[in-house]
Amino acid sequence: MRSVLAGDEAARTRRRESGALALRYAVLAAIGLIMLYPLVWLVGASFKSNAEIFGDIGFWPSHLDFGAYLKGWRNSSEFTFATYFVNSFLIIVPRVIVTVISCVLVAYAFARFDFWGRKILFGVMVSTMMLPHIILRIPQYMMFRSFGWLDTYWPIIVPSAFATDTFFVFMLVQFLRGIPRDMEEAAQLDGCNALQVLLFVLVPMLKPAIISVVVFQFIWTMNDFMGPLIYLSSVEKYPVSLALKMSIGATEEVEWASVIAISVVALIPSVVVFLAAQRYFIEGANSSGVKG
Amino acid sequence: MYENRRTGLLFVLPFLLGVLGFKLFPFVASLALSMTQFDVMSPPEFVGLENYRVLATQDPTFRQSLKVTLLFVVLAVPPRVAFALAIAQVLNFRLRGVSFFRAAFYLPSILGGSIAVAVLWRFIFSQNGLVNIALAKIGVAPVMWLADERYSIWTIVTLFTWQFGSSMVVFLAALQNIPKSLYEAADMDGASRFQQFWRITVPLLTPVIFFNLIMQLVHGFQEFNGPYMVTEGGPLNSTYLLSLYIYEESFRYFNLGYGSALSWVMFALVGGFSALSFWSSKYWVFYAGEKEGRR
Repeated sequence: MRSVLAGDEAARTRRRESGALALRYAVLAAIGLIMLYPLVWLVGASFKSNAEIFGDIGFWPSHLDFGAYLKGWRNSSEFTFATYFVNSFLIIVPRVIVTVISCVLVAYAFARFDFWGRKILFGVMVSTMMLPHIILRIPQYMMFRSFGWLDTYWPIIVPSAFATDTFFVFMLVQFLRGIPRDMEEAAQLDGCNALQVLLFVLVPMLKPAIISVVVFQFIWTMNDFMGPLIYLSSVEKYPVSLALKMSIGATEEVEWASVIAISVVALIPSVVVFLAAQRYFIEGANSSGVKG
Repeated sequence: MYENRRTGLLFVLPFLLGVLGFKLFPFVASLALSMTQFDVMSPPEFVGLENYRVLATQDPTFRQSLKVTLLFVVLAVPPRVAFALAIAQVLNFRLRGVSFFRAAFYLPSILGGSIAVAVLWRFIFSQNGLVNIALAKIGVAPVMWLADERYSIWTIVTLFTWQFGSSMVVFLAALQNIPKSLYEAADMDGASRFQQFWRITVPLLTPVIFFNLIMQLVHGFQEFNGPYMVTEGGPLNSTYLLSLYIYEESFRYFNLGYGSALSWVMFALVGGFSALSFWSSKYWVFYAGEKEGRR
């Protein structure tokens, strides 16, 4: 009697589960479609003619027209987007490198050493994550101006060399706290100093977290607009974000087809980096989340 | 924990210098600057609380900007957190395709802050853009999203809400930490899925909801790229967020003293809202004992 009832119950649960599962997939697919369709539609629109863009909800253009890409790439300024992409990478590459080095060192200190003022400093670090950045902009501007750094990339790169992107430090500390110490102790017994322990034992284990830092800093720097807007004044030094703003502001009558085409191109580096590393870095972001 | 204190200090030194030079000093300096009149060319002139008096009593732009900022935060932040939680709940199962959906929902939060997406958003909401085309399909008359001050705020609210992915992954991680046994017990007692969500999931997640709410508030108050690119603050200043006003006042007109005062108002707002959340948290945030609920 009991087992029959249990079997019945199990079958009902199974039925309910599979119904719930189908519902889940349906909900996810519907929301996914609504969320991503604007992006997909824009990729289609970038191949359409200026006339065809407006009023057409479909994705497929009537014919493939790369003209908008060519026109957008050349744009109306004196430089092509090749210059602006090179500029973006001239900011991104050094910034990512100094960010990784400084944040790993500082996170190592917070997670593994007992130095004077550690607790207070850690508190300061966490609270700067919540500090609205905009409040620091004016004094920073004054400071960099007095250094003679206006219209250079230094104001965007140098602060990152001092682990000021505290979100990353926090993420790395959380990650380090989850790594057991046995390996490090063994390495110490074998005569490794603190820096060797970090380089040869911890860095390999920190790989997913470091990849997250690289990906986030890459994309955030690519997206960064206010920094370049404040500090850069000569067009030849503009990164992609500023150049895009310029191309939309240059003419009263916006040439939508080419502006959209070049915006799609501007998103490609971030999308590629995201897709290449998403397995690692969503996990990395996970481990930084507060665990409840 | 290593005993070698000097080594630890050495490793933390970059941050110590960075936080002093690039965070604490500017923070204090900006408070000082907010009490001056300063235009870069001539040295700052101390005026006491004059800037604050002016913005409180005789600056209609500030009043408009403040109103719009509060409206924006109220309209955009709670939906962003609510969406993040709802989608995370739906995503929280282990079957094929989950990682695809997770990436798909996460993507907008990665790209959403870029100027490229803001440009695209402006296009989507233009008179003959995707939104109006879709509305026409269901028989709604086109809306002048970018030109009508009654609707313009929705362009930047949707852009902000669309980027719920970063909160979503934090919720997902937290959901996976809730012990399965709780749901099994609730199943035995005949609780519906809906009841389980409201009686088990939500109470256990309140600390994470709280964390996300604060982080998104900080982001929401600082939203800049969206209003700057999509609506340019207009029409009729209907999307002229405080961040835009601070930027223009400081870096277009170089009223650095007044700009600093405005940014301290923003700091006070963020601080005030955070304090309010902290104060209210004791009524709605539930902290499970450290020993339980950690698996």
